Amino acid sequence: MKVGIVCPYTWDVPGGVQQHVMDLAEALIGLGHEVSVISPADDERPLPGYVVPAGRAVPVPYNGSVARLAFGFLSAARVRRWVREGAFDVLHVHEPAAPSLSLLACWVADGPIVATVHTAMPRSRVLHAANPVLQTALEKISGRIAVSEAARTTLVEHMGGDAVLIPNGVTVRRFEHAQPLPDWPGPGGALGFLGRLEEPRKGLDVLLRAFRRLGEARPELRLLIAGPGDAGEALGRLPAPLRERVVLLGEVSEEDKARVYRSVDVFCAPNTGGESFGIVLAEAMAAGAPIAASDLDAFRQVLRGGRAGELFATGDPAALAEAAGRLLDDPALRARLSAAAAEAVRAYDWPVIARDVVKVYEAVVPAAGTVAVAL
Amino acid sequence: MLTNIIIVIAAAILLGVYVSWRAGRLDRLHARVEAARAALDAALVRRSSVALELAACGLLDPATSVLIAGAAHDARAAGAPDELAESDLTRALRAATGQPGFRAALTARGSADELLAELEAAAHQVFLARKFYNDAVAATRAARRRWLVRVLRLAGGAPLPEFFEIDDSVMTANGEDRGADMPHFTG
Repeated sequence: MKVGIVCPYTWDVPGGVQQHVMDLAEALIGLGHEVSVISPADDERPLPGYVVPAGRAVPVPYNGSVARLAFGFLSAARVRRWVREGAFDVLHVHEPAAPSLSLLACWVADGPIVATVHTAMPRSRVLHAANPVLQTALEKISGRIAVSEAARTTLVEHMGGDAVLIPNGVTVRRFEHAQPLPDWPGPGGALGFLGRLEEPRKGLDVLLRAFRRLGEARPELRLLIAGPGDAGEALGRLPAPLRERVVLLGEVSEEDKARVYRSVDVFCAPNTGGESFGIVLAEAMAAGAPIAASDLDAFRQVLRGGRAGELFATGDPAALAEAAGRLLDDPALRARLSAAAAEAVRAYDWPVIARDVVKVYEAVVPAAGTVAVAL
Repeated sequence: MLTNIIIVIAAAILLGVYVSWRAGRLDRLHARVEAARAALDAALVRRSSVALELAACGLLDPATSVLIAGAAHDARAAGAPDELAESDLTRALRAATGQPGFRAALTARGSADELLAELEAAAHQVFLARKFYNDAVAATRAARRRWLVRVLRLAGGAPLPEFFEIDDSVMTANGEDRGADMPHFTG
């Protein structure tokens, strides 16, 4: 199938949507489909062969922060040319309500269009204010996908109708063969955490309290923390000897992320809520890390009710300390959970997810006809 | 003795007159701030209305429309003029009108000249109204810092007026001549 994918955010800045588009495109290519992605991008940067740059993105205020978007007649003309030359069987736009290329693509194209909504937003003012303009373009979408239940609710509320739920994927092969960082996990055992440190819902505070309990009984246990932000006072509350056993890596690259999961004996996901899927959890599973995770609905589902990772009472440091302690003491249990996690995460492997997406494509593509430029 | 009394009374009267003159002056300054504020509010509302009209005129591409309409709506929905939302509207308008060939494209698609002229006028009105308002605020704040005003509490319960600081230069110097270099600014 010839698939044209539209990414609304600039390729030059890393982000969830960009990562999703890249993984999806590569998975589709892996399945034998022909894929072209159009995205705002700087001309100087080298791009993957399947990406067509649509010009530089302009930073503009959008939804309460600054987003780098591409809009205007020039961008519309580029999208129109790309659609005409691509002669796609299906057009797949991402985040169609953002004032950028995806919306423009809906405007300039006719034919089978699939849209994926990533963000859950409160009843958006943007949608409200520009309703007629948006509606006209969005009416052309024949198949909608939401990446989470929350995104789906947003979509249903704003546009009516329904959407298929297809979660974010994880590229398992990128994680399964990663090497541990030098000196990790070490003989005394190691716990791990990855996420924005300041975001309270990521639950670092819960983990630090649990580490305090565990660290006193295990004099060589260490804690590896990766992620942007300042651990601040939560870390400061730890007694000095324990604090020395906490290693902060800061923000890490994609490759190092994979290595972090492999560097610990127990990977902790102490989130206190708000995660619709938990891409971090899925990545840790792909890396085969033994996991201790909060007993959130989404986590329980991904971890197969506890068979692919230990679940502990959400927000309870004592429960986390107990679960992690059990894992630290039992290498056989760790090996069993690790294998189960690696197995369970196959359901979220990009090639599998991409097949679900292809099914949506097939559902909207009529027997004949391709994407054409609207008159 | 009598002369002393007369001098004291005269001094008291003079002081009273002076104080009431100062109080009156402060009152006038506060009134000026209020009038300037009303003018500024009106200018901001007018600007967001013209922006909404531009977004809805059907001559723009939908992405630009959604961008402007969203920013204009946020600016109006903020209730009391909000510095951040108004600056965001300025940035959205600047990004939209600063696109290379924006005016030419609009003119080719119908007579948008009138609407653009109105937007330009509204933006200029915001610029002027904000200047005059901040000018009045500066004068009032200076007057209220004076020793006599503070000791005798001549300002009464009137709140100290605040400056209104926004980014209000909507039009890029020459949107048409900037070639591929889109307007760039940081949030």
